[in-house]
Amino acid sequence: MARALVVPEDFGVYERGYMYGWHRKSNEAEWKNVRVKYKTARICAGCHKDKHDELIKSVHAAISCENCHGPNYDHPEDPLGMNIDRSRKLCIRCHSYLPYKGTLRGGIPGIDPEKHYPSAECVLCHIPHDPKAMNQKREVRS
Amino acid sequence: MMNRREFCKKTMIVAGGLVIPLAALEVFNPKRLQAEKGGSDDKGNVRWVFLVDIHKCVGCGFCVKACKVENEVPYDANVTRTWVERYIVTKDGQTAIDSPKGARDGFTTQKIDQGHLGDKEIDPASIAKAFFVPKLCNQCDNPACVQVCPVGATYQTGDGIVLVDRSWCIGCGYCVMGCPYGVRFFHPVYHVAEKCNFCYHRITKGMKPACVDACPFGARKIGNIRDPEDPVTRIIASEQVNVLKEEFGTKPQVFYLGLSREVK
Repeated sequence: MARALVVPEDFGVYERGYMYGWHRKSNEAEWKNVRVKYKTARICAGCHKDKHDELIKSVHAAISCENCHGPNYDHPEDPLGMNIDRSRKLCIRCHSYLPYKGTLRGGIPGIDPEKHYPSAECVLCHIPHDPKAMNQKREVRS
Repeated sequence: MMNRREFCKKTMIVAGGLVIPLAALEVFNPKRLQAEKGGSDDKGNVRWVFLVDIHKCVGCGFCVKACKVENEVPYDANVTRTWVERYIVTKDGQTAIDSPKGARDGFTTQKIDQGHLGDKEIDPASIAKAFFVPKLCNQCDNPACVQVCPVGATYQTGDGIVLVDRSWCIGCGYCVMGCPYGVRFFHPVYHVAEKCNFCYHRITKGMKPACVDACPFGARKIGNIRDPEDPVTRIIASEQVNVLKEEFGTKPQVFYLGLSREVK
């Protein structure tokens, strides 16, 4: 009697058996209904073909748009997440030099964040969609 | 007067009679019976597994960032469903390990973060090897965290994912202690057990987990071990993969390429 009141109707043993399968079945649907925030770069290319085509030719091709531009949520209807992260902190995730010889990280062009223009944002000189080692902005201007 | 033989006979009858009604009280439930058999008759055709390639990880931490946002784990709280560890083995045989903020912002300095002990400098010339190890829930075939749950709030789905029922969890923390991989923690907002679920809301829609999509180097991959044609299944079947803490008997389902013995 008390059990019928307290325990949900769909609480029972399911696929994984008596030891690992006890649960409220409707909880599975609750987890499936969590909102998807990151919609992947494939979705971005649908509207922003020019940016996509530019990026895939560069060495940054493998980086998902949402890694820097923020999660899509339901952009453009709901631009909750799209905040472009132009910060130095983002770039030095990979480009802070670490002396690990023979590893992938050791081979990425890197700087010492404390010595390489410490107060400047990387995007002042470098163009993230098609990056090169030199000051690209000055190249474009001259 | 009752003789010895008759006494024994009657005792047997009484004892037998007491046992039968106890068994008869149990209501026959075919569903439960099927489950107790192990459910091996109707195994689904999906069993999610994960493959981490340690050679490819550079410790950028984009996976951790994406995971926290996607799964609504408070960004500045020092808890995370997935994290990346840095291992530096020096030539004198010492191993330094760190994971500042779970590598949410990547590894941007050569100094090792030792928490309250401060930073530790390591001479680059003394480094024998250095590598990054992404960690996440192993979705074990024998999940210790599920076995210890006293209320049935955590469980494994048919496709192998261990989930937590937030409305049913009482926050006792047995599972946090029970997990040999330290994957579980308390959610700072819901105050219930929290863990990686391979982004169940994404993989059940045909998408990949947020960490897999965020990784620029292909260090993280998800697959279905019940599909022999799956690229991840092929790698697990044909290459030198390893798992964490195999000796615990939990049968972890996150496989590592290039796992070194220093990794705990």
